[in-house]
Parts: sequence; structure tokens; C-alpha cells
Amino acid sequence: MTDTTLPQSSRDAHDIAHLELVPRRHVGRMIFAAIVLLMVALLVRAFVVGQIEWPVVGQFLFAPVIIQGIWNTLLMTVAAMSLGIALGVLIAIMRISGNPVLEYIALVYVWIFRGAPALLQLLLWFNLALIFPTMGIPGLFEFNTVEVMTPFVAAMLGLGIQQGAYTSEVVRSGLLSVDAGQYEAARTIGMTGMQTLRRIVLPQAMRVMVPPVGNEVISMVKLTSLASVIQYSEILHNAQVIYYANTRVLELLMVASFWYLAIVTVLSLIQSRIERYYARGTRGRTTI
Amino acid sequence: MTSEILVKAVDVCKSFGTFKALQDVSLEVRKGEVSCIIGPSGSGKSTFLRCINLLERIDSGAIWANGELIGYRRDGNKLYEMSDAEIARQRRGIGMVFQRFNLFPHKTALENVVEGPVQVLGESPKAARDHALELLKRVGLADKAGSYPAELSGGQQQRVAIARAMGMRPSLILFDEPTSALDPELVAEVLDVMNDLAASGMTMIVVTHEMGFARNVSNTVAFMDGGRLIEHGPSARVLTQPDNPRTADFLKAVQR
Ligand SMILES: Nc1ncnc2c1ncn2[C@@H]1O[C@H](COP(=O)(O)OP(=O)(O)O)[C@@H](O)[C@H]1O
Ligand SMILES: [Mg+2]
Repeated sequence: MTDTTLPQSSRDAHDIAHLELVPRRHVGRMIFAAIVLLMVALLVRAFVVGQIEWPVVGQFLFAPVIIQGIWNTLLMTVAAMSLGIALGVLIAIMRISGNPVLEYIALVYVWIFRGAPALLQLLLWFNLALIFPTMGIPGLFEFNTVEVMTPFVAAMLGLGIQQGAYTSEVVRSGLLSVDAGQYEAARTIGMTGMQTLRRIVLPQAMRVMVPPVGNEVISMVKLTSLASVIQYSEILHNAQVIYYANTRVLELLMVASFWYLAIVTVLSLIQSRIERYYARGTRGRTTI
Repeated sequence: MTSEILVKAVDVCKSFGTFKALQDVSLEVRKGEVSCIIGPSGSGKSTFLRCINLLERIDSGAIWANGELIGYRRDGNKLYEMSDAEIARQRRGIGMVFQRFNLFPHKTALENVVEGPVQVLGESPKAARDHALELLKRVGLADKAGSYPAELSGGQQQRVAIARAMGMRPSLILFDEPTSALDPELVAEVLDVMNDLAASGMTMIVVTHEMGFARNVSNTVAFMDGGRLIEHGPSARVLTQPDNPRTADFLKAVQR
């Protein structure tokens, strides 16, 4: 029976109102899912039967050189990201400072360091000695640039400074997201500009800033692999050192992939924790 | 009343671009007095209030509060603008309650009240907390100390905002339409708190459309229109026998 018209008697209506409700079957969805699963299965099989020797992957997964690379990757992520966030906050505050000179300098900073490729910036820092053989303040101190510009320092500066340009935009949009009434309320209880920023505005801006900054931390983990080019011993560089010796290229790239994925997974979990912390006081809405 | 003068504004002018929001506004408020400012929307009431605690900078004129010239220091025949830190110090003594509450959403009711005393006045967290709890009790929200603003009704939020202003132990509190953003049934609870505050001797300048409050609680009423302060006097007289026909028209309109 497919009759959907309004029944004449209220008794019929009552009967219909108590029939069992059967949810719609998503046939198209099931077929599509089956096709995708099949494709995934074929892909996995291709890797399993392909020219990769999985035992070798297992053998190098916890090799001391690889573990050392993981630490160096994490160290660089923290160092470059800390520099990036510090510079980002500074540049964002300069942009809303109302001081035209500072605003202009901030704009130029973002323009330059967001404009040049990260790899190029790393190479520039690493080769800084070619432009400035020595650095320092005349009469006070001086040092040889080559000695200071180690792979670590060059990578940290290159990655951190370009990160600052991106993060400043995130911080700025965070600061703008805070209602003007919050600045005023903070002033009326006698707070200075810096106190207002630190105690009232930044904590609220964090809620807006954490998701994109979290994204950028995750990008940074992977971006640190660029430092392999200037001989910084992070995961990829160390994997390469091993495969130059034993020619197990794919196996070691798999090892590196595994560790990048592992790090990113852990960081994603931490990110959702932090998001929850800064969402306190808001009636959380996480779906549309 | 012949107590000392707490707020004195003389010939205050303020423009936004070419628009004159305040023109030669002068007003005196004595210690312990409750002064209502009434007038049509856009007449400059909020702007005047915001000039008193330096949220807006005046173009000319002078305002004294708590015995000090506000925002400027006199040197010879000139008035020099104060630094951010000095202005912040002057604002401590002047509380403000906003139409839209402006509570800090990331802090609980208690933390909202404690923030200023600890961060600005340097009170010990323990002392500030005790005082804050006492204030929350006074506004009837002792049981909501741990609630975030988003968990409170509008009336409750406004009462926390009043407690926050009082936490700074100000000698003057400015209210900018404190009940205008509230659902009608929540207005009374906020007005009750303001009544108590008035009875305790707090000096208050209240921009409001609540004629009952103006009539029953305030000592004086000032009427503003078109950026000018048209009339100012004892509330009973201004509200019943205004000198100025514009005041009379306005009162007729709001009292229907
Ligand atoms: N920041 C501002 N920029 C430009 N115009 C403003 C600003 N603040 C207030 N005004 C204008 O000044 C006039 C007085 O505003 P306001 O003091 O808020 O009036 P009221 O509180 O009496 O309703 C209004 O016409 C308003 O549009
Ligand atoms: Mg107003």
C-alpha cells in the first residue's frame, strides 16, 4: 500500500501513526563504499607484493640513527615553531599598534618572508657567511659566521622566521575576533594595554588561534625535512644516510613515513586537548 | 545636599569627524548622589559617560573626577595628555557597567570580579576572593561564583558586571543603559541591585530609559538632546515640571 493521502477516519490515522518506521536504505552509498574499499585493498596488496622488503623496514624502524633523527626533528619543530609564534605575536601586535612605522615594518616582513620559498630561505641562512664573513658589534664582540650558522641555527632561523609571517596573520585574526567591548571592560578596571592583551584578549583569541596554529605545527614537522638539504640530522636526512650505504631506498623512506605519521598523530591528539581547554566558558558547538 | 563635588564636567565638546556628538556639556555630581541622564537615542549620553572614564578623548573642555583632572596634566597654560599607565590609574576609581555586560567569557563569575583587584590593585588572591564572594552574595549570586558568563542569564550577567565594578572599590560607578539589553522580566533584579547600591551611598551616573528608577532612586536628572545637556535638576522637578519644552516632549513620549 502506497497511499499517503490523509485518511478519512481518525481511527485509520491512528493505525497508520503506529506502524513501524523503516529508515531509508542508502544503496548508492553502500555500492560506492564497496568500490572504494576494493581499491584500497588492491593498493595495499600492491605494496605488500611489491619490491619492498618489509623485514628490512622492521629492522631499521628502531635503528639508533633513526631514533636520533626523530629527536632532532622534534627539537627543530619546537625551536622553529617557538620562534615563529614569538615573531608572529610580535608582528601581529605591531600591525594593530597604531604606530605607522611599526605597522609598515610588519607588513614588509610578512611580504618578504611569506613570499620566498622556505627551502630558499634555509639555503640563504646557511650560506650567510658568503655575504657576511663575520658578524657582531664592532669593538664589542665579533665571530665567524660559518661557526655560528650551524645547520641547526640556519634551519631554525629559516623555518622560524618564515613561520612568523604566517603565524602573525593567524594571531591578527585572533585578536580581531575579540569583541571591542572586552578591551573596554578591561580598561574600565584599570588595566594597561599590555595587561589587557595578556590577561583578557590573547586568552580569548587563543580559541580562534589554536586550530590553525595546530595545523601549522603539523606542517612544521614535515617542513623540517627540508633541513636535510643543509645536513641537519633529522629523520629524512638520517634515513638517506642509511640508504646511501645499503641502497634500500624505499624501505628507509617507509621507515621515515612511519615516524612522520606517528608524530603527526600524537600532535593531533594533543591539539584537540588544547582546543578543549581554550573553549572553556563557551557553549561548545562542534557540528553544524 | 552639600557634600563635596565628585564629578565636574565643564564645556565638554567631542566630535566624530564633522559630527558634533557633545557640545559644551557641563555637569556636577556630588558624592553619594545618583544622577540619571535621559534623552533620545543618539543624543550623546553614552559618549559623555565614556568621556568621563577616558574611553573617548574629549576635544575641548575639562572633566574632574575624584578631585583630579581626568586624562590631562596641567603645565603652565597647557594641558598635556597623560600616559597609558596614568590613565589606567585614574580609571581604577571609576567603575563602569555596560549595556551588553562585557563580562570576560573565559573567566567564571568569581574570576571576573577578582581579576581587577589582583592584577591591577595588587590585592592578595585570598583577600580579593573573599571580597568578591561577599560582593557576589550582595548581588544575589553567591551560588553562581563558579559559573561562566555563557551559563548565566542576562540579568545574572549584569549583576556579575556590577560586582566586578564594585570589586575595584570605586568611588563612582557609571551605568550605560544597564537594563536595555535585558528581557523585561529580568530588569527588576538588576534595578534592585542598583537600588541597594544607591542606598549604600555609592555615587552613580546612570544613563537609563527606566523612568521609575529615575523618579524613585535618583537625586538629579539630566536631559540631553542633540549633543547638549538641556536641563539638569532635582529629579522630582525635572520629571514633573521641566523648564524646557523639549524635556517635556521627551517625557510625554516615553511615559505614553
Ligand atoms: N565611535 C563613533 N564614531 C562615530 N560616531 C559615533 C561614535 N560613537 C558615537 N557616535 C555618534 O555620536 C552620536 C551620539 O552617540 P551616543 O553617545 O552613543 O548616543 P546615545 O548613547 O545618547 O544614544 C550618535 O549619533 C552616534 O552615531
Ligand atoms: Mg547609548
